[in-house]
Amino acid sequence: MAATSTTVGPAGIDWRPQAILRRLRSGDEIAHIVTLIFGLSILAITAMLVYQLWIHSAPSRAKFGFNFFVTSVWDPVFDNFGALPFIYGTLITTAVALVLAVPLGLGAAIFLSELAPPKISAGLSFVIDLLAAVPSVIYGLLAIFTLIPLLRVTIEPALKHYLGFIPLFRGPAYGIGFLAAGLVLAIMIVPYIVSVSREVLLAVPADQREAALGLGCTRWETTWKVVVPFARTGIMGSIFLSMARALGETMAVTMVIGGTPQISSSLFAPGYSIAAVIADQFTEATGTLYLSALVELGLVLFLITFILNGIARIMIIATQKRGGGVAA
Amino acid sequence: MKKTLLLVSLCLGLAAAVGAQNVQLNAAGATFPYPIYSKWFDDYHKLHSNIQINYQSIGSGGGIRQLMAHTVDFGASDMPMSDDQMKQAGFAILHFPTVLGAAVPSYNVPGVTGSLKFTQKALAGIYLGTITKWNDPEIAHANPGVNLPGNDIVVLHRSESSGTTFIWTDFLSKISSDWKGKIGANASVNWPVGLGSKGNEGVTGLLKQTPNSIAYVELIYAIQNNIPYGDVQNASGAFVKATLESVSAAAAGSAKDMPDDFRVSITNAPGKTAYPISSFTWLLIPAQIQDAAKRTTIVNFLKWMLADGQKDCEALSYGKLAPAVVAREMTAISKIQ
Repeated sequence: MAATSTTVGPAGIDWRPQAILRRLRSGDEIAHIVTLIFGLSILAITAMLVYQLWIHSAPSRAKFGFNFFVTSVWDPVFDNFGALPFIYGTLITTAVALVLAVPLGLGAAIFLSELAPPKISAGLSFVIDLLAAVPSVIYGLLAIFTLIPLLRVTIEPALKHYLGFIPLFRGPAYGIGFLAAGLVLAIMIVPYIVSVSREVLLAVPADQREAALGLGCTRWETTWKVVVPFARTGIMGSIFLSMARALGETMAVTMVIGGTPQISSSLFAPGYSIAAVIADQFTEATGTLYLSALVELGLVLFLITFILNGIARIMIIATQKRGGGVAA
Repeated sequence: MKKTLLLVSLCLGLAAAVGAQNVQLNAAGATFPYPIYSKWFDDYHKLHSNIQINYQSIGSGGGIRQLMAHTVDFGASDMPMSDDQMKQAGFAILHFPTVLGAAVPSYNVPGVTGSLKFTQKALAGIYLGTITKWNDPEIAHANPGVNLPGNDIVVLHRSESSGTTFIWTDFLSKISSDWKGKIGANASVNWPVGLGSKGNEGVTGLLKQTPNSIAYVELIYAIQNNIPYGDVQNASGAFVKATLESVSAAAAGSAKDMPDDFRVSITNAPGKTAYPISSFTWLLIPAQIQDAAKRTTIVNFLKWMLADGQKDCEALSYGKLAPAVVAREMTAISKIQ
């Protein structure tokens, strides 16, 4: 469109009153202003959020400074607070969730978009969208009554038996802990990965597939070497979207993580995540320092999400440059 | 006939509503007494249709914060406010005990079917992590004839802040100087051992699944869900099972030494029949209320709550205030100006 217009770009806007009035009447200017306000409001909301977290965490920041990030104690009675075990818990549960959910979700998406008969694909996609709509408290309750006994009695002892040489799978099996939280998160984010990845895969032009098949590729070669690479930017987008969800997920994690602020190399050990401790303790927090420490945890979670999303952006840009694939 | 009755009652209701000034009160705070508070406020509205009390069960801490910020007319808390908080508030706040709650030790030990007895030392040791086996002499001596296994004790506690945790840790602070010095009493503490789970339902769910575990559960929850629990040794050395009566006995036992502001912990109360892990829950009421209509309403409600309201306690499994406590509160109401 730039080629056909001589007055494009901010510098070329006609600011004369009657010109503005004309654009107003035709609706262009109104649409421009309204959408601009909507766009800016997202920035404004984020800025206000950070500002509020910053202001209300002032007592905690003043008292603990950088030590807040490296201290492992969380003691509301003696007003001594550190964020390290919560940061660790948040990152480790999210990592477990992604390790489990990405292959599963991606596999399901490939099946649904490439291999499944259309009827089955439509039916399954409907079920997956339903899964995404289940409230997290339901996942938490289900986990308490079904997943945790299974973990304690069967899965964790088996892991310990076969993989006990890895520190991740040592220690007493209680059922609740990092592994349980990671598993629940994985179940919760799979629908997101499947749903978005499937859409992305379906958006790959048919002639790409036809060309690959025409060159003599098998069905699987077409899928794995042509369709998936073509859609990889979108697939990565779906993974990062679900990562953001896993980082901030509160209710289900709170119910199964074990409520113990500690750093343990074992996935069987109980732990704590940032969102979970805020949900658990905010309502009853009375002291000024206690309250501001919880707010500062919120700020830390924001920071973690910000950094990880930044890394995600860079990775997406890098993959775009490397190959000829386009973002869906 | 029915129609005329309806009409007459409607007219009467209208007349009453027009005759008296409409008063709306907002309150917020503890979740533990929420079931009985909502019944009280509802019943009181039925008695006085012009009075509406809205209560939000946002937690004790939230209740105290909102009261300090003047966003509610009165608050409610499972813990008495600390001296620091009273100072911070900048205005006088009165505490009125409303009902009693208790925390009970529940357990899941394979092979043990009867009720276990817990000495004070045993409970403190288990939660400090110094007693780690079920057949520890401290537990075994109090339970002769019970076949206790030599398994590790899995200690469970609430992960979220709660009044139940406060009662439990307040009791442990009173009976163990180690606990008082290292851990202290609060709605959430820095637990030396154990696993956390959310809410009474989360803790009991985990308890049922985990062999060799012990947990503390709110008495009401244990009664209503038929969860078995053990006896606890009280200040006079007797083993007492928590019941609504033994909890009220704890309040009666400490009524004599109660300070005038009712900011008192009644854990480990004197008296042979007193259950030692009991506590009041309080309404927090500003001593000075400018609005005359609100003041009268609050005063009248408190009087009704201490008399008629207490009758609802048993049906909802709350501990009743002992008569001695009610009498002292009635006189304290005059402090509201």
